[in-house]
Amino acid sequence: MSVQTHAETAEEFEFHVFEDAHAHDDGEEHHHETGTMLGFWLYLMSDCLLFGILFAVHAVIGQNYAAGPSPSDLFEIDKILLATAFLLLSSITFGFAVINMHQNKAGAMITWLLVTLAFGLGFLFLEYLEFAHLWHLGATPMASAFLSSFWILVGTHGLHVTAGSIWLIVLLIQIQTHGLTHENKRRILCLSLFWHFLDLIWIGVFSFVYLTGVLL
Amino acid sequence: MATAATSSGASEGHYAVTDVHWFWGKLNWDIFPFYDPLILGTFIATMALGLGVVGAITYYRLWGYLWREWITSVDHKKIGIMYMILATIMLVRGFSDALLMRIHQSLASAGILEFLPAYHYDQIFTVHGVIMIFFVAMPFITGFMNYVMPLQIGARDVAFPFLNNLSFWLTVSGAVLIMISLFVGEFAATGWLAYPPLSGLTFSPGVGMDYYLWSLNIAGIGTTLSGINMIVTLVKMRAPGMTWMKMPIFCWTTLCTNILIVATFPVLTATLALLTADRYIGTNFFTNELGGNPMMYVNLIWIWGHPEVYILTLPVFGIFSEVVSTFSRKRLFGYTSMVYATCVIMILSYIVWLHHFFTMGAGADVNSFFGITTMIISIPTGAKLFNWLFTMYKGRIRYELPMMWVIAFMLTFVIGGMTGVLLAVPPADYVLHNSLFLVAHFHNVIIGAVVFGIFAGITFWWPKAFGFKLDPFWGKVSFWGWVVGFYFAFMPLYVLGLMGVTRRLSAFEDTIYAAYFFTALIGALLIAVGLVAFLIQIYVSIRKREELRDETGDPWGGRTLEWSTTSPPPYYNFAFNFRVHDIDAWDHMKRNGYKKPTEGYTPIHMPHYTSSGVIISAIATIMGFALIWHVWWLALLSFLVTLAWSIGHTFNYNRDYYVPVDEVRAIEEGRGRMPAAPAE
Amino acid sequence: MIRSIFKILSLTAVVALLSGCNLVVLDPSGDIAAQQGDLIVYATILMLIVILPVMALTVFFAMKYRESNKQATYSPDWDHSISLEIVVWAVPLAIIICLAGLTWVATHRLDPYQDLSRISEEKPIDPEVEPMEVYVVSMDWKWLFIYPEQNIATVNEVAAIVDHPIEFKLTSDTVMNAFYIPALAGMIYSMAGMETELNAVINEEGTFKGISANYSGSGFSQMNFDFHGKSKEDFNAWVEKVRDQGVATLDVAAYNQLQQPSIDHKVTYYGEVDDGLWTRIVNLCAGDQDLCLNDMMMVDALGGGGIEGLFNREMYRGICSAEDPGAFIAILRPNLKEREDEIFAAMDLPPQMSLVDQLPRGAN
Repeated sequence: MSVQTHAETAEEFEFHVFEDAHAHDDGEEHHHETGTMLGFWLYLMSDCLLFGILFAVHAVIGQNYAAGPSPSDLFEIDKILLATAFLLLSSITFGFAVINMHQNKAGAMITWLLVTLAFGLGFLFLEYLEFAHLWHLGATPMASAFLSSFWILVGTHGLHVTAGSIWLIVLLIQIQTHGLTHENKRRILCLSLFWHFLDLIWIGVFSFVYLTGVLL
Repeated sequence: MATAATSSGASEGHYAVTDVHWFWGKLNWDIFPFYDPLILGTFIATMALGLGVVGAITYYRLWGYLWREWITSVDHKKIGIMYMILATIMLVRGFSDALLMRIHQSLASAGILEFLPAYHYDQIFTVHGVIMIFFVAMPFITGFMNYVMPLQIGARDVAFPFLNNLSFWLTVSGAVLIMISLFVGEFAATGWLAYPPLSGLTFSPGVGMDYYLWSLNIAGIGTTLSGINMIVTLVKMRAPGMTWMKMPIFCWTTLCTNILIVATFPVLTATLALLTADRYIGTNFFTNELGGNPMMYVNLIWIWGHPEVYILTLPVFGIFSEVVSTFSRKRLFGYTSMVYATCVIMILSYIVWLHHFFTMGAGADVNSFFGITTMIISIPTGAKLFNWLFTMYKGRIRYELPMMWVIAFMLTFVIGGMTGVLLAVPPADYVLHNSLFLVAHFHNVIIGAVVFGIFAGITFWWPKAFGFKLDPFWGKVSFWGWVVGFYFAFMPLYVLGLMGVTRRLSAFEDTIYAAYFFTALIGALLIAVGLVAFLIQIYVSIRKREELRDETGDPWGGRTLEWSTTSPPPYYNFAFNFRVHDIDAWDHMKRNGYKKPTEGYTPIHMPHYTSSGVIISAIATIMGFALIWHVWWLALLSFLVTLAWSIGHTFNYNRDYYVPVDEVRAIEEGRGRMPAAPAE
Repeated sequence: MIRSIFKILSLTAVVALLSGCNLVVLDPSGDIAAQQGDLIVYATILMLIVILPVMALTVFFAMKYRESNKQATYSPDWDHSISLEIVVWAVPLAIIICLAGLTWVATHRLDPYQDLSRISEEKPIDPEVEPMEVYVVSMDWKWLFIYPEQNIATVNEVAAIVDHPIEFKLTSDTVMNAFYIPALAGMIYSMAGMETELNAVINEEGTFKGISANYSGSGFSQMNFDFHGKSKEDFNAWVEKVRDQGVATLDVAAYNQLQQPSIDHKVTYYGEVDDGLWTRIVNLCAGDQDLCLNDMMMVDALGGGGIEGLFNREMYRGICSAEDPGAFIAILRPNLKEREDEIFAAMDLPPQMSLVDQLPRGAN
């Protein structure tokens, strides 16, 4: 029906795609959703690059202690291990939340999201304690290139976790008001990507900044 | 002569010594540089112009219209046009700075007069570079990509329409901050890439550097978001049948450019953020003291900076490809190798950054590696040039303005390319680096390719955007002004470079260079004629729009889908989704007897307009201003408002609607309201 | 048509202007710069092999295939030709291969860190002759030159013996500058806390212009100096003149005075230079009681100075010049004292780092 070719000689081409309205509806939404996930992936990649630069900077100046303290003078590795455990567990609990979401169990999902939030906040609290401790010691970001790099790298990750936590709270409110709609599910999936991404970055921070710092 | 106490007092930033007031920050009555008659004059003129525009808008009661139809618009076409308007305004500003520099250097080199103090001159060359790259070239190409790309792939908008609007307004926000710096305080006097330690707190304590940082940080976020948006659009929203290798070449260059944007702008953001931390927190990333490493900044900024060159040139290569094939009435020669050339350039542009500082003293192995990778880029670029040549070969070339720009580009660009490869030879670079030869080279490439391409694109797509062609007479005046002016302005600089003259000089010991600087000034004045003629061209064309009207929607015999709809296109672009069979989809349709369907309309899914983008950006501008002037409470407040507004925006679930079939039919049959009134 | 006339006009204008001027970059007086200038010419010729045909072809095609020329063939669907595309890629590739070879060789031969391989085209190098060392400091906004062998220093004036290799060591007191004498050799950056190097030779007597080629702030335009190529006798006479007219000894105090920013600083001579001043300038500890960079790096290499290092960094001054660097291990890392040898071996200290008494210091 859509063939508009009138030239007798040429082969016939369809130049348009006609869809009926109902298929259109679904198709459009599905279409858009995959776009959002791809866009969010791309955003994460750009964010990853940003962290990549911070890691690279740390690799360059991370041992310029300026005759000040080195990682082994500063880091209390057991506390950091605890923070790491909090963050890793929060990733797992987020995973449970997503499983429940796929099964449309809104209640269980919210519970798991709350647990995730609690772990996230716990992580942030431990990080705050560490920063406060360092500041108290005089190991401020101004004290040496190593400390500048450390504070900014870990701080940027911390800010991301803060942003993630705020997002989680907002999302919980939105789930309360709008229910587990298609759109909210997509948002949960985006946040879950973000959350796991932060976990990955933290593994990088933990191994390259803390562990190598203390062991070497 | 002068001692430090007097002349360098200004350069060391007299705003730094003022105390930070709890409420006013660093703001006080001394920050307005109106003691300088030049700035005072500019200020009065700008204010008069601004008041005139505001008055006119108010008088004609256009505020509501502008707000509803443009400012809050998420239509990619309107956003594209707004990008172009922004870029044109900033082009006038950036060019005025260039003219000032040319006048100053001519007079100073002749020993007549140094009418700008070093402190002022240094800000001018810095702001010229920053504006021309970030707020002229970038908005122009983003504007093209926004306007043309969705039309070429047969889409109805970009993937994230709201994000598109936000990106645009964030770019405006950065531009506004730079414009404010002209009248409130100062701008950076560091060169456009602001190498530390010169740009650090010790050597630039003033607010100028802070203007630089916040303006670029805010605009940079907008650019990254827009890059993500375009990639998703290209990946997800191509018309059925448009496989990767059937995508118009401009879309390919758009794709590669946006991949480069997403892969490099975070580097810029991170680097500038670290410099910001150095200046605001007192960290030691790029300082001379306590383990900081300024060379790291130079590396990082060029890891962004070199791809940036290709972010600017790839899309204009796309424009040239479209124009050449349309005006030669012939398929583009070597489409496949064109695509591969574009991709190769995209990848290689990432591994050449060190050629910007061969003279830093890296070893011979490192230098020759980066020199050779740089040269390799000229292979795909050369292939592209040959492809354009062979597109003309056996064609039927119509010399309308866009095609004239292409010929001017091809002849000019090869010279720039040649000097570029010359500069990539490290030992040659040792004598030419930082000289006027270098300045001539990159202007040769940026004007010869990017600017010429922008003008080619504007004259090419203008009829699509507004429904009438641009006036050819003034267009030709503009063309000859630019092209001849370019040669007069920059060929002398090549010679001066070979005479060992450095860039960024505001004072000269002897007068032997004066003749060259005056020739360059003549060139700059010719370019000024070209620029003014361009503005007149737009004015005249709007006046004569009925004469220049194009009813067909396809005035040039176009080859790609954007020419298949009316000019200007309806807000939903196309009533029907396409099925694409060929690279030159529209040409293929025309050849196979395409007739527009008159039945079978369906409701069209479209996004709502939203004011969140402009409001968030406006508050971000206030936040930037507050941070620059250390008005901490305002910075915090505006940050919180931005955050709150952004969160609030996510509570809006009602973002799209369906255009009813009747409306679509009415518009398509020419009975409905005319979409998109012409602007400018 | 009109545009080509314009081009010819502008070209003639350029040629006319060129004949009247001195293209120092292409016609310098030092062998290194001469080789660099030649390289520019060779590379340009090599590229013109492809550039000129492209330009000619552009003009030719543009004329031939214009719309009004109905004689020309028109094949709107011709868009592909394997053989042409091979040419299209191969021609630039061939040129670039040649140019890459040239680049590799020239970059290594003209590496500013390398000792010279010849005095000039005609003159080989005499292996017996040691290059004359000149230390260069870029300051706000002037150049300081220290002659370690002659034990003199000058500001904004530098001299060298004709046909005698010179070895510049460069650093900066403030921001980054580029040391550039167009007639002598290409430029090289000077950076604070870094030492860069430039080997060159001047082949003609005369006075040449020297500049900073990297923007460094408001006094940048006046940051010029004269470079004199002198015969051996004249050079010695000049050294004597510097000694005679020298205002003072260049010591830390005089240097601190000099550190004050100044624009268009007049030529100044110092008849004597304090030992070790250069090392202190390079290590950014000439002016104050701060820790020298090399000492700081030494402490960092030993694992940092600990929390207490934050508050009394100067405690570690002189660690590089200490007789017994191991003693510092005892302060820094008492628990690692017994692994001292192992640590030093692992650090692979360059010999000069543990050389004794590079830095004479006041009471500390």
